[in-house]
Parts: sequence; structure tokens; C-alpha cells
Amino acid sequence: MPSENLAITWRRIPERYRLAGSYCENCKTSYFPNRKLCPKCRRKGRLASKQFSGRGRIYSFTEVSAGPAGFELETPYLLAIVELEEGPRLTAQIVGATEKDAKIGDEVEMVFRRIMEDSPEGLIHYGYKFRLAKRCAPK
Amino acid sequence: MISHPVGIVGYGACVPKYRIKADEIARVWGEEPERIKKGLGILEKSVPDVDEDAATLAVEAARNALAFAGIDPASIGAVYVGSESHPYAVKPTATIVAEAIGATPNLTAADLEFACKAGTAAIQICMGMAASGMIRYGLAIGSDTSQGRPGDALEYTASAGAAAFIIGRDKAEFVAEIEETFSFTTDTPDFWRKQHAEFPSHGGRFTGTPAYFRHIMGATQGLFEKTNTRANDYDYFVFHQPNGKFPLEAAKKMGIDPEKVKPGLFTPVIGNTYSGASPIGLCGVLDIAKPGQRILVTSFGSGAGSDAFSIRVAEGIVEKRQAYRGWRLADYIANKEYVDYGVYAKHRRKLKSL
Ligand SMILES: [Zn+2]
Repeated sequence: MPSENLAITWRRIPERYRLAGSYCENCKTSYFPNRKLCPKCRRKGRLASKQFSGRGRIYSFTEVSAGPAGFELETPYLLAIVELEEGPRLTAQIVGATEKDAKIGDEVEMVFRRIMEDSPEGLIHYGYKFRLAKRCAPK
Repeated sequence: MISHPVGIVGYGACVPKYRIKADEIARVWGEEPERIKKGLGILEKSVPDVDEDAATLAVEAARNALAFAGIDPASIGAVYVGSESHPYAVKPTATIVAEAIGATPNLTAADLEFACKAGTAAIQICMGMAASGMIRYGLAIGSDTSQGRPGDALEYTASAGAAAFIIGRDKAEFVAEIEETFSFTTDTPDFWRKQHAEFPSHGGRFTGTPAYFRHIMGATQGLFEKTNTRANDYDYFVFHQPNGKFPLEAAKKMGIDPEKVKPGLFTPVIGNTYSGASPIGLCGVLDIAKPGQRILVTSFGSGAGSDAFSIRVAEGIVEKRQAYRGWRLADYIANKEYVDYGVYAKHRRKLKSL
């Protein structure tokens, strides 16, 4: 069973693969995910596409010990709210670390990983996750 | 003769964080660990995380290469990914990589397969396209998450890793010029895997003399002749490294000082990364080599063939190495966490086959 409509998956590839978001040239605000309308400026907003750096900090995190179907092999895993250095926050997995390794405020960097597979014969969904940045990588 | 100078303008590697020790695999199969470690010249190997595959490793290596090169991804005209573990049988890994690094849509892309030498075949294709002026930059990647059948000797070495090279044609941008290449190819049944087979089959001892050594030596000596050079003209040699011993034996057979091979020999600590193997060795040497030094790289792919390259390190490497802030091969090697056989089996999804 596909997890979502193929057209939606396809449209979200730039945002999921490389953190392509948007930026309002009027109020200088960055948005992720993509926006078609600036909620601050409304009709005065001028939205352009923006490539995020992939660097950020852990704003908040939790260890998920009972993951949803399809995540059995990865459980337990860290799920975090990451604040990108450009401002927006997003939810993502933190890989290669346990609850003991990570703390709020730690620098993280985007990595490209498999998110899920629809079925053994189905599409593989790839996208962003994060890991602790080089300088605070666990021993 | 290459008609126009071509060279590496950026490179990057990627090795997963997890490791399993040869002792742990030997323990599970009731083998004598010291005999295995000595026989294969291997201490431990890399194990991919459950969400890593040849595409994700290729993307990470490519992002590192791009950061090292400092070029606009949109100026890349070709992406070739060599692997024997492409995630799909039909649907290219190269499109995933091209999209993830922001090189789409104005480029050509394809996946390559030639056991462990598909990555160097990608380099050769990019060299030809860059030399001819078809492209300004080409991205050549070798990436694998290889598998050995549980209990098979291959299980001690089959590991995961990737290396990526941005090949260009402007001498001012080179970190290393590729002066010449020479290949040696025959049809040799030393190792194979059919479409739906989970694990490869191999010819046991047959993989040595008629396969690995004949092709590695054929390509290396052919390159010596083509370029009118000798072993003494090179500062480093990087050979395909299916285990920790074959590259040193090949050097001995050709009268090459083994000390020139060791700096590019990583299989003892990360295993055989297949398409990533000699390319990762080259990344490790480029991280330490000085401008003007020469490197000879020879890959090997079962089936069988070898591609040899004569590479001269350029002045530009110093500045780019200083500016690079990303992960280097040494960082990946140092950043490790050991897993036991149970976790390893889960990571490699071997449960169904045990
Ligand atoms: Zn606005």
C-alpha cells in the first residue's frame, strides 16, 4: 500500500531531499516547508525559493520507543524539533545517537536517509534526517 | 592520449558509523578469530544503519565532494553512480543523487554496474565527456552496501561506503590532474549474483590469481607502459582492496614498496566497500598527499576488469583542503560504534535468510 499519493511524493522531493523551502523578500522571513503565501504579508508578500543550509540546533527531542508500522527496525529512535539556522523549525529523526548522546541546543546537520518503504516491492521514500554535527558527534 | 586536461576538482567519501569486529562474526560461526584476521588482514568492517543504502551513501559522499569543490551543483552536466547494490533494479540511483544535490534538471545521468569497479568506470566516462567539452563537470560515484551470505568468508569483509569525485576540465580548479588511464578487461567467472538472488556466489580460491591479480597487474603494468613510467615514479599506490592482504601481495609481485600502498589501504578497518573501495582509498591519499606527488590507482571488478589511473596532485589541493569544513575520511573512520551480530543481522535485514 502506498503511504501517500505518488503525485504528492513527487512534488515534495525537492523539499524532502535537500530542504528546499521559501523566503519572503518583503518581510525577509524564511519558510519551511514551502509556502505559496506569506502569512505575515499576505498579498504584499513576495515568495522566492530558498535552499536551506541543513545546519541547525535541537530545539526539543524525545526518544520514541513504540514507533509506527514500518519503523520496527529503527525503534527506539530520537525524534526532534530542529531549529534551522535560518529560523524555521521542523520535526525530524536524529540518527546515530541515543537519548544519552543528545541534548537540547546541540548542533545538528542534515543527512539524507531512507524514510520508509511502501512495501517490499513499493517505492522507497528518501528524505532529510539529522545527526549531531561533527564537533559534538558522540565517541 | 587525453585530448584536453582533465582532473578532480573535488572529492568526498562516506562510511557508515557502525562497525562489527571480525572476532564477533567468527564467534557466531565457531571460527578461530585469529586465523580469520590474519588470513584476510581484517579487524572490523562498516555496517550501514537500517535507513542507509547505496543511494544515501552516494548522496552524502557527493555533498562532501561538492563542498570540497566549491562549485554550483547546477553546473554539473553528468552524474554516474557505480554500484552492485543499487536500491532499485529498475529506477536509477543517479537521479536520486542528482535531485538531492540540486543538480537537476539540465544534466545526463545513469547507473553503472561492474562489480567493484563501476565507480572507476564512472570516472572514465566523466573524463571523456569533460575532455571532449560535452560537460564542464561530471560527478562520478562508487557506492555500495554489499552483502555476504551468512557464514560465507565474504561476510567478514563485505561492507558499506562510498566515494564521489567531481571531474572537471579547467586546470586552475584541479586538486589533482588525471594524466592517463588504462583498462584491462576479460570475461572471467570469479563472482556473480543473479537478478533475484539475495547473496552473491563466487569461485572461492579462483578469485585470486586469474581474477584479482591478473587484472590488477594487467592494468597497472599496461599503464606503466602507456605512460612510460615505473613504480619509482609514483608516491602512492591504491589498489582495489577486497581484503587487507591482496593489495600488498599485488605490490610485492610488481616490485612496489608496500609502504606506498598502506596509506590508501582502509579495508582492515572498514571492510571491502566494493565500488567504494579503491575510490575511498584515493580519497584517503588525497587527504594527505602533497602537490606534485603522483598516485597510481587501480580498481578491480569481478567479471572481470581493472581500470588504472595515473594522478598528479595539483597546487589547488592545499587551499581547498583548508577551506573544507565537512566530514573527511578520517572523521568517518574515527566516528564509530560497535554492534554485535544480532544488531548487525537486523541492520543488514539478514533475518529472513538465516
Ligand atoms: Zn512576508
